[in-house]
Amino acid sequence: MQRFANLVDSLAFTQSRNRKLSLLTDYFLTTSDPDRGWALAALTDGLPLRVPLRRILPEILADIVDPVLYHLSRDYVGDTAETVALLWPDRPEYQRDGARVTLDSVVTAFATAPNSSHAEILKGLLDALEPSSRFALLKLLGGAPRVGVSARLAKLALAQAFEQPVSEIEESWHAVDAPYLALFDWLNGDGPRPDPGGRPVFRPMMLAHPIEDEDRTKLDPDDLLAEWKWDGIRVQVAAQMGEVRLFSRTGDDISAGFPDIVTAFTGRNCILDGELLVVREDEVAPFNDLQQRLNRKTVSARMVRDYPAHIRLYDSLQIDEKDLRDLPLIERRKRLEHWHRAHPPLSTDLSPLVPFNTFDELTHLWQNTRAEGIEGLMLKRKDSPYLSGRPRGHWWKWKRAPLTLDCVLMYAQRGSGKRSSYYSDYTFGVWRDAPDDGAELVPVGKAYSGFTDAELLELDRFIRSNTTDRFGPVRAVSPKLVLEVAFDALQKSTRHKSGIAMRFPRIARIRWDKPVSEADTLSRAQSLLKAPSLDKRG
Amino acid sequence: MTHSAHIAERWLYPTDAGLYCEPGDFFIDPHLPTPRAVITHGHADHARAGHDAVLTTSETAAIMRLRYGPDAVGRFETVAYGETHRINGLDLKLVPAGHILGSAQVVLEYQGSRIAISGDYKRSPDPTCEAFEPINCDVFVTEATFALPVFRHEVAQKEIQRLLASLRLEPDRPHLVGVYGLGKCQRVIKLLREEGYDDPIWLHGALISLCDLYKDLGHDLGDLRVVDTEKPGGTAQGIIMCPPSALGDRWSRRFPDSVSAFASGWMRIRARARQRGVELPLVISDHADWPELIGTIRETGAAEIWVTHGRDDALVHQLSQMGVKAKALALVGFEDEAE
Ligand SMILES: [Zn+2]
Ligand SMILES: [Zn+2]
Repeated sequence: MQRFANLVDSLAFTQSRNRKLSLLTDYFLTTSDPDRGWALAALTDGLPLRVPLRRILPEILADIVDPVLYHLSRDYVGDTAETVALLWPDRPEYQRDGARVTLDSVVTAFATAPNSSHAEILKGLLDALEPSSRFALLKLLGGAPRVGVSARLAKLALAQAFEQPVSEIEESWHAVDAPYLALFDWLNGDGPRPDPGGRPVFRPMMLAHPIEDEDRTKLDPDDLLAEWKWDGIRVQVAAQMGEVRLFSRTGDDISAGFPDIVTAFTGRNCILDGELLVVREDEVAPFNDLQQRLNRKTVSARMVRDYPAHIRLYDSLQIDEKDLRDLPLIERRKRLEHWHRAHPPLSTDLSPLVPFNTFDELTHLWQNTRAEGIEGLMLKRKDSPYLSGRPRGHWWKWKRAPLTLDCVLMYAQRGSGKRSSYYSDYTFGVWRDAPDDGAELVPVGKAYSGFTDAELLELDRFIRSNTTDRFGPVRAVSPKLVLEVAFDALQKSTRHKSGIAMRFPRIARIRWDKPVSEADTLSRAQSLLKAPSLDKRG
Repeated sequence: MTHSAHIAERWLYPTDAGLYCEPGDFFIDPHLPTPRAVITHGHADHARAGHDAVLTTSETAAIMRLRYGPDAVGRFETVAYGETHRINGLDLKLVPAGHILGSAQVVLEYQGSRIAISGDYKRSPDPTCEAFEPINCDVFVTEATFALPVFRHEVAQKEIQRLLASLRLEPDRPHLVGVYGLGKCQRVIKLLREEGYDDPIWLHGALISLCDLYKDLGHDLGDLRVVDTEKPGGTAQGIIMCPPSALGDRWSRRFPDSVSAFASGWMRIRARARQRGVELPLVISDHADWPELIGTIRETGAAEIWVTHGRDDALVHQLSQMGVKAKALALVGFEDEAE
């Protein structure tokens, strides 16, 4: 546990991506199984444990700390796990017992005991550990410890540590469960590469670039397919041997929250790419409806009925065991259509192609389509193979509302009037450089409108539990939440540190689903300064 | 004893300038210029310039002269620890507070009641100053900088060992250690020496004069060198001490691949360390942590506790739970952040 705690600490305090990589590499090389596998799970998908901290912490804290002192402390520290770790009394015996607590012993203890004894187990563990291990333990049980490590970075570290291509690690990843013993055996040269064979696994997705003026001048409409860009979230559905998994763009397994989709694909054999939407009677519901279904580990029957999930398919990576990724898009599309016509799963349809002959025609369509659920257009080369990552020169997204930026919430201030008890004025920023782990945010604007009262409550709650500092009425918020900010224009400004100023910014959407590493960069913001853009011309 | 405490409020009370002692006609650590001030220690939020007369320890007087110039205070009157001074029927004594060199508690006795004003203090050992001496009193006036149960400082030696371990692990990366210039800087240097670190320790220009003063006052700090401001990096390597503010500014950029460390009680809180971009937080504090505050208050036997600055809400609540009468003086002018 101490080793893992040290890793969590070092990762949290290290800014540089390369140093994080070397910390991880070092940890994987020098820690034995199964602990390193549990650590890997903790840093990426989370441990396969369900410990209801929210319920049991208050229970065990009641004997430990006065409630007023707890609240003052929690308020000051800004993080529950850290508060508890710091104020938990140091037992003299921890020096002796702490060494015996391994990640494996923690997982085993919780996994094998009845729920009713979880509080007692947690208490015993907290007693046995020193503060930084207590912190790591609580973070471990509460979900992923936020130490600025993406699943991608962890996989990269494995690749580096064991000198294997990261793409092979990504493919083997979901073939094994935590603590990934077979994966480490293979990496150590002690076993075959885990064969995802019978099980549905995530394939790294192919992503699009925002379209720029130059792209258009270089492209020939004859080489392209156009599709609507749907206002949902990108998913991959993988079905094989009776199992179905639904993956987010980052490879997170979100199947548990979508039993309706899982049922629709059970018994199929395919890996498909599409947009997850809420659709009622063929109508795409507002994004907010889809939000209701996201970030849930379980979902009620009522939820499923009221917010029916739907996948609008646009690509096929694998059908009936055949890997299609090397085929050109137009061919993959043909196979997808054929497959879907033969036996369409419930809750699915195909994203239609948008016919066009010239860019002017497309621009006209793009400007005049205001149907719900359409965010813009996608342009894809007919001959594109399905490549992982964001390869240049293949796919482009052409967002309908051009003047939006995905920003990260940085500060919040109390509002005035009836909002005076809520944090309702938001300052947000974009990444100064590439949004890598540890990059810096630059504030680009402030907004206090565009959200509903219910969203205000959620934002307020988020801010209170993620405050890192206070300056009078202003709270600094840890960079965890992406706000899609819409604005009328972007102007140069010497008064702002970022060099740009927004006109009439408002919150277009709260992107609870989006990783902050995918928020926009300053250079992307600056590109919006360059009028006239393709978007405005048409 | 509560009676004495009640009486005490009549002759020692907060004013706009700070805590005022009526029979002695002086202020304690006032934040405005006053005719007569008693100063607990040399930190800027306690020791200010512009008083006509200052009574303090000789070390604190030396620190004030160095910081504010020879004429910033009209007249110094210095007293040794434990020496009793009689002013208008009031007995005054300065007693070690264990906070920094020269730091003192002010112990006042008047008409049968005794008040001890702690100034800033700590209980953990510090090779650069005399240890805190608990005083039996009716009213104990305490600081509360770290008065939350989450604050339990690490043993300073352990933190120094972590710094040295990091240096052994990455000897090619200079270790920039942010420290407050008075007290923390010299304590960290001395602890490094005690742990056997004999290499030259490099100093940011702003830290030199106080280190020189410590040397003059008999504290051997070993081989100290000044970071060459002419060329980037220069020959400085290993441990380089600088004021906390220098960690994030242009100065630190002359050491490209450096490890930034910060020695402060605030480093206990992760968010604080991350805000400053600190890679190696060292939890070393010159203030009492939560158990030390509670323990010290018990030790004084005081029936009533007055809290000067810091997290008075938490401390007052805790004391009332313990059945000890406590109140916040809400004195202005002290910096929560200063350490
Ligand atoms: Zn002080
Ligand atoms: Zn102070």
